[in-house]
Amino acid sequence: MPLVESGSAPSNTEAPAVDPATAKAYWAKTSNLMWLVFCIWFFFSFVVHIFAPSLNSIKILGFPLGFYMAAQGSLIVFVVALFWFGKRQNEIDEEFGVQED
Amino acid sequence: MSGATKEKDPFIASLGKIYAGYTGGFAAFVVIIAILEQMGVPDRILGYMFVGLTIGVYAYIGIISRTQAVAEYYVAGRRVPALYNGMATGSDWMSAASFIGMAGSLYALGYGGLAFILGWTGGYMLVAILLAPYLRKFGQYTVPDFLGARFGGNAARLIGVIVLITASFVYVVAQIVGVGIITQRFLDVSFGVAVFVGLAGILVCSMLGGMRAVTWTQVAQYIVLIIAYLIPAFLMSAKITGVPMPQLMYGFALERIAELENGFRAAGMTPPPGVTGWHSAPFIGANGQFNIQAAVNFFALVFCLMVGTAALPHILMRYFTTPSVKEARQSVAWSLFFIFLLYFTAPAYAAFGKVEIYQTLIGQPIASLPDWVKSWQIMSPYGVPWINIVDVNRDGILQWNEFRIHPDVVVLATPEIAGLPYVIAGLVAAGGLAAALSTADGLLLALANALSHDIYYKMIDRNAPTARRLVISRVLLLIVAVAAAWTAGNAGADILFLVAWAFSIAAAGLFAALVMGVWYKKTTNTAACVGMGVGYVLTFGYLIHSEWFGLDFVQLFGSKDAIIAAARQVGTINQNFTSPELRAEAAAILANTAAVTDGALAWFGGIIGIPTDTVVLRNRVVGRLWGINNISGGIIGVPVAFLTIWLVSKFTTPPSQAMQDFIDDIRIPKGGVRLADKRDAVE
Repeated sequence: MPLVESGSAPSNTEAPAVDPATAKAYWAKTSNLMWLVFCIWFFFSFVVHIFAPSLNSIKILGFPLGFYMAAQGSLIVFVVALFWFGKRQNEIDEEFGVQED
Repeated sequence: MSGATKEKDPFIASLGKIYAGYTGGFAAFVVIIAILEQMGVPDRILGYMFVGLTIGVYAYIGIISRTQAVAEYYVAGRRVPALYNGMATGSDWMSAASFIGMAGSLYALGYGGLAFILGWTGGYMLVAILLAPYLRKFGQYTVPDFLGARFGGNAARLIGVIVLITASFVYVVAQIVGVGIITQRFLDVSFGVAVFVGLAGILVCSMLGGMRAVTWTQVAQYIVLIIAYLIPAFLMSAKITGVPMPQLMYGFALERIAELENGFRAAGMTPPPGVTGWHSAPFIGANGQFNIQAAVNFFALVFCLMVGTAALPHILMRYFTTPSVKEARQSVAWSLFFIFLLYFTAPAYAAFGKVEIYQTLIGQPIASLPDWVKSWQIMSPYGVPWINIVDVNRDGILQWNEFRIHPDVVVLATPEIAGLPYVIAGLVAAGGLAAALSTADGLLLALANALSHDIYYKMIDRNAPTARRLVISRVLLLIVAVAAAWTAGNAGADILFLVAWAFSIAAAGLFAALVMGVWYKKTTNTAACVGMGVGYVLTFGYLIHSEWFGLDFVQLFGSKDAIIAAARQVGTINQNFTSPELRAEAAAILANTAAVTDGALAWFGGIIGIPTDTVVLRNRVVGRLWGINNISGGIIGVPVAFLTIWLVSKFTTPPSQAMQDFIDDIRIPKGGVRLADKRDAVE
């Protein structure tokens, strides 16, 4: 496999890719999504586990719920949330026309 | 292959076929070994075949992926699809500690061990939303590259490299120890030889092809390690519950454990040292009651592991290799998915292992224990037998607290516990080896790239020709690898606890500067350098002070009572492990307890209402600020680094217009990147 430098290195263009107003609106929406996912992260990383001692009194298929949340529940939320985040961010990219060519 | 990201590359297009064929080949190989075993081929030969063939395949991929192109060497030509980069990140991430040690920690700690499960997965949320897409858009070779370009040059780059080297070196040494332990156990060679066998396995993967070779071997290693982890768990679940779905069925095992634990307690027994007596109960002390320190430590550890995940350069650099920003984001989701497959199985291993041991061993005559127990009653490299049966009350019956099992055995011995043939044990060894090798590869490459690209090329010789840069990369890779193996061979298993430190050090040193570099436009060069420096020095200093100078630490931050308690603890440690000076100092404190006063910073040590104290760990008196174990040392360094960067930014010259343009560009997927300093451009 003959190999030369890949041509994908970023070029130093002088003009911005989109006009400043679009860039600003795009970044506001992107930031909102970031904060939303950040809150999901915070809730399922910390908040829900604070209640683990009381959640443990609920049992499903033998799993105490507090234990289950830390062993599986939060993890499933993380995986699903990340795939959703990727999809949602792509939609935002396309809405503002800033997706890669 | 120029413009490879746009046109359909035949190699990338056929990846699915290649790895499907590889997976099928590996399955066929396992079947052949199983047949050979039935035909009476000795276990030792089968062990050699397992280790030899898998390392041979990795070496083959490493050799065919050799390259002379800089972009291939550093970022695999930026054409690794999201899914495969996710698999590569998965095996880069999951180390010997995850594969072998995690289930054992869960066995010992019960709910407390879930901090590792949460901490080592949730961090990918932070990677995806805060860093990966922007680092990919920035699009150079290393994490210090970003720090250098964003924060005005070599000062920031150098601090980044120092943090990177500190965090990655202790981590890679631990991986090599892991390789040594597995090789020693399954090939029956000495630890020193095993370390160098492992080293050869690591180097053939990375030496010739850099990131490109490491990427494609890591995908292959992921496939081996996940098969090797899941199959024994499925078989174990089938044996114990009758249903081969470990992740769903271990709830019943948890119920059974609670019954057995209650039964043992009713019979007046206590759990063995280091093992919780209430497997599913959160935040409890030794007496089973709620304990605020246990809760604080749990959350502090989750926090440090998560933030550390999002700051470890060998993980972040994997997202430089995807073809686009969009794929970088998807790739983080795939990474987490592939990691999740192993991590949500680990608690099942722990639960099934515990049920089996509690149910079939406790209460039996020690003389008639099953053969697998006897075969593990041999000395481990940790200095205690893997399984240590201590007949405390000398009645010849195995009590709860008399069965002491090293955490690593829980996974390594599962095949024997479940009565499975040797082929499964060989499979587990091959999986553990794949986990340790892949992580060691990624770390070594991160280290060598920081030295060759960031220090040599960017800081020493900007005009070095490509050929020389690549030669220097390879020479440095070899030097770092030998240095790590030498350290591993000499320090042995005593240094494994240092791995957890790598997370706190990376978190406190790098996370704040990286995140604020993207998300806070007003972050100034000085602020970032000061913030990284403060976070790093504070955390690293705190770790060393509390670990090796615990008595001194508590004399500074502790109350009068804590100091006296610490001095008493010194006397409880075996004298082989304490220095005469330390013993004399402790004796002086105890001789005149009335004269002891609160430490100078005792007000700070008690500021959150939980006192600073000490515990005896690793044969040392170890200080705990606010009762938090130093494994979570980053809990202080991370917020301080953020605060420092924000405050210093207020009082220093704001970033130039060119720098703000640069930040605008990396925030948007489309278009090029206008670097503030043109000399930072890659070539």
